[in-house]
Amino acid sequence: MNRLAELLDRLSFEPSRNNKLRLMTDYFRSTPDPERGYALAALTGALAFQHAKPGLIRALISERVDPTLFYMSYDYVGDLSETVALLWPEPAKDEAGVGHNRPPLALSEVVTTLATSGKLHLPSILARWLDQLDEIGRWALLKLITGSLRVGVSARLAKTAVGDLGGKEPNEIEEVWHGLAPPYIDLFAWVEGREARPEATDPAPFRPPMLAHPIEEPDLAALNPEDFSAEWKWDGIRMQVVAGHDANGKRVLRMFSRTGEENTHAFPDLAEALAHLPAQDFAIDGELLILREGRVQPFSVLQQRLNRKTVSAKHLADFPAYVRAYDLLSLNGEDLRPLAFRDRRKRLEAFVAAANEPRLDLSPLVHFKTWEELAAARADPASAGAEADAAAVEGVMLKRVDSIYVPGRPKGPWYKWKRDPFNVDAVMMYAQRGHGKRSSFYSDYTFGVWRDGESGDELVPVGKAYSGITDEELARLDRYVRNHTINRFGPVREVEYNSDKGLVLEIAFEGINWSSRHKSGIALRFPRINRIRWDKPPKDADRIGVLEALLKEREPA
Amino acid sequence: MRGSDLLKTTPAGLYCAAGNFHIDPLRPVKRALITHGHSDHARAGHDSVLATHETLAIMAARCGAEFAGTTQTAAYGERISIDGLTVSFHPAGHVLGSAQICIESKGLRVVISGDYKTMRDPTCAPFELVPCDVFISEATFGLPVFRHPDAAHEIARLIDSCRLFPERAHLVGAYSLGKAQRIMALVREAGWERPIYIHGTMEKLTRLYESEGIDLGEIVRVTGPERPKLGGEIVICPPSALQELWSRRFHEPVPAFASGWMRVRARARQRGVELPLVISDHADWDELCETVLATGCSELWVTHGEEDALVHWATGQGLAARPLHLIGYGEEEVEDLEPEKPAGEAGPALI
Ligand SMILES: [Zn+2]
Ligand SMILES: [Zn+2]
Repeated sequence: MNRLAELLDRLSFEPSRNNKLRLMTDYFRSTPDPERGYALAALTGALAFQHAKPGLIRALISERVDPTLFYMSYDYVGDLSETVALLWPEPAKDEAGVGHNRPPLALSEVVTTLATSGKLHLPSILARWLDQLDEIGRWALLKLITGSLRVGVSARLAKTAVGDLGGKEPNEIEEVWHGLAPPYIDLFAWVEGREARPEATDPAPFRPPMLAHPIEEPDLAALNPEDFSAEWKWDGIRMQVVAGHDANGKRVLRMFSRTGEENTHAFPDLAEALAHLPAQDFAIDGELLILREGRVQPFSVLQQRLNRKTVSAKHLADFPAYVRAYDLLSLNGEDLRPLAFRDRRKRLEAFVAAANEPRLDLSPLVHFKTWEELAAARADPASAGAEADAAAVEGVMLKRVDSIYVPGRPKGPWYKWKRDPFNVDAVMMYAQRGHGKRSSFYSDYTFGVWRDGESGDELVPVGKAYSGITDEELARLDRYVRNHTINRFGPVREVEYNSDKGLVLEIAFEGINWSSRHKSGIALRFPRINRIRWDKPPKDADRIGVLEALLKEREPA
Repeated sequence: MRGSDLLKTTPAGLYCAAGNFHIDPLRPVKRALITHGHSDHARAGHDSVLATHETLAIMAARCGAEFAGTTQTAAYGERISIDGLTVSFHPAGHVLGSAQICIESKGLRVVISGDYKTMRDPTCAPFELVPCDVFISEATFGLPVFRHPDAAHEIARLIDSCRLFPERAHLVGAYSLGKAQRIMALVREAGWERPIYIHGTMEKLTRLYESEGIDLGEIVRVTGPERPKLGGEIVICPPSALQELWSRRFHEPVPAFASGWMRVRARARQRGVELPLVISDHADWDELCETVLATGCSELWVTHGEEDALVHWATGQGLAARPLHLIGYGEEEVEDLEPEKPAGEAGPALI
């Protein structure tokens, strides 16, 4: 556990891909089975045990630390596991077993214990483990058992590091991966040249997706419009739907997120519908969307479905899930990825037509001859074919008609050209400490715009932004908040704001919706700080009418 | 007599009316008593300054010989009377020359700790406990998540990393007064005999430490052409230099950073630090609590930092505790996060 904790700690701060690989490969080379195999499982998200609930960890710490101090610490650090790792009191020497010659806690012990012991014993086991570890060890353990380990290593990078042990390409590892299980003794044996290649047995494997580079208008001049095909960029969730047959001839249907996480269980309605397609086996690349009366709903509606951990029948009926397909990666045993986009597109069109399944449709092409024409379509999707679905369009995708399907983000074949964001000048009203990368700073800001109040102009909050600024700006805003606090409500600080004093933030956002949950009746999508207007007096910030006008404009008729 | 009769908070900082002096004033005043040489405490432009010999030397090195109208030296422990009050300076263990200031009047004793730590530091006099009625403490690391490990352990991690990546220079961001020299001394104690390299801006204060009799071994100022050749070496620089062009001339440097903030992972990541070293010249949570209790004070005032938690804890201990919400201090520990601050700007609230 100690060696793994060190590795995870170092990885979490190491930005360079090559140095990450070096750290992992060194670890795999110098750590014996089965420890390294469980570590690989931890890095690839393949460890299977019931994750400990945050409530359990809170309960353990509340027995040991004053609740107010815990709360203040958590607010500051912004991450439960890390807070507890830092707050955990060092045990008296004999409690920890120091000097008793007990072997250090091993990851394999953690994994096997968690797999076999009941819920009832978990708190005392966990407390004993935490007593044995130092801050970094406690952090790593808590991250692992809550299933929230994030050290900037993708499953693919970890597999690449394993491949580097014996000169194997990551795709070779990927091909056998789905037939393997922790602690991957046979995988390491094969990579190190000691044994034969393990059999791949997955009937419905995930295929790493092809991703697009962002592009801006000036860059288009260098490209020839004839080489490209365009389609709408849908504001949903990228989804891969894969069907196959297992060894017993039973149909297997799986749905994967962009990162290869399986999420079939979250969309039983869709899985059920797609499991009955006529094709034997297939892999569709497309967008998960919610449709109502044939109309794509904005992302905020999809969000409501995603927010539910368990889905009720009513929820399924209110938020029906669809797949809008834009690529076909394999069909009836044939790998289509080596084909050019235009050929895959023909196969996709035929496939969708033959499927004749209401839950599956085709993402239409956007026809254009010149970049000006495409720019016009992007500016007004409703008039360029998207019609009532225009509210769910967040730009256009450009794909070279001759491009083969390459996993990763190759430069050149695919581009995304996002719609321009909207801007509004708003006034900072409240601030809260952030989480994750920006924790411990006042980095989440509630901002408002002016409206007519009972006694003159008043600010009404319209959203919260917590990104878009550099670290220098963040430090300056943090100081601004601390020095201009007029009220504290728990972790929330109210800052000074009136027509003369206060801070104007230029907020950029991707979309706007009516919302009953917000006092203003309006919700902004992806708001972020574009600029801090240190120069602008608050009275010159925007009024709510600006946003309302924007909303009416975007209302489908 | 109560503490609040003796000291008040004003926009210029803590003020003692009976003696007509300020402590660590944020703007020019008639008479200033200064705890230590960090820029947020020791500002230029006062009519007269009373401080330790080392603090006066540091101020002169930082702000020029004309930093004040007149100066007066306070030796540690010397009892100085000012308008019927007795004032004395006692080691704070923070940086070279740092002092706590004790004010006595009619049987009441108030100690202003300035910045302090009780952990070992080979480059300055150790913290001296001064029993008092009112203790005025900072709380830069006033949360129980801040527990600084043994600095020697952190230095061992630095040296291990130099061995693991012998082709990469290890750039250690450290505040140029105190932290930098402490790291040099600790690296020497760990048995590192090679030269320690420094950024040019560190030279003046480092030489000042040496002239005060602190042995730091061979300290070499880095020159331009040398930079790509310093694989596996320790180079100490101001934290802001880690982000500047200066650091890019090294071959794939390992950005390290020595600060108490490094205990919180997000703080390290925000700065792009790859090797966070938890080394601080400020008291951690345990030191704060232990020191407050050990002074035997009945009243605790907290100047700046994470005052809420310390006040909450002290209240639970039966002390009368209150935050002063002083603005303008604590810059040396956040300096790293705020690269360009116009000179003379103390804080927006004071404008
Ligand atoms: Zn200081
Ligand atoms: Zn300070």
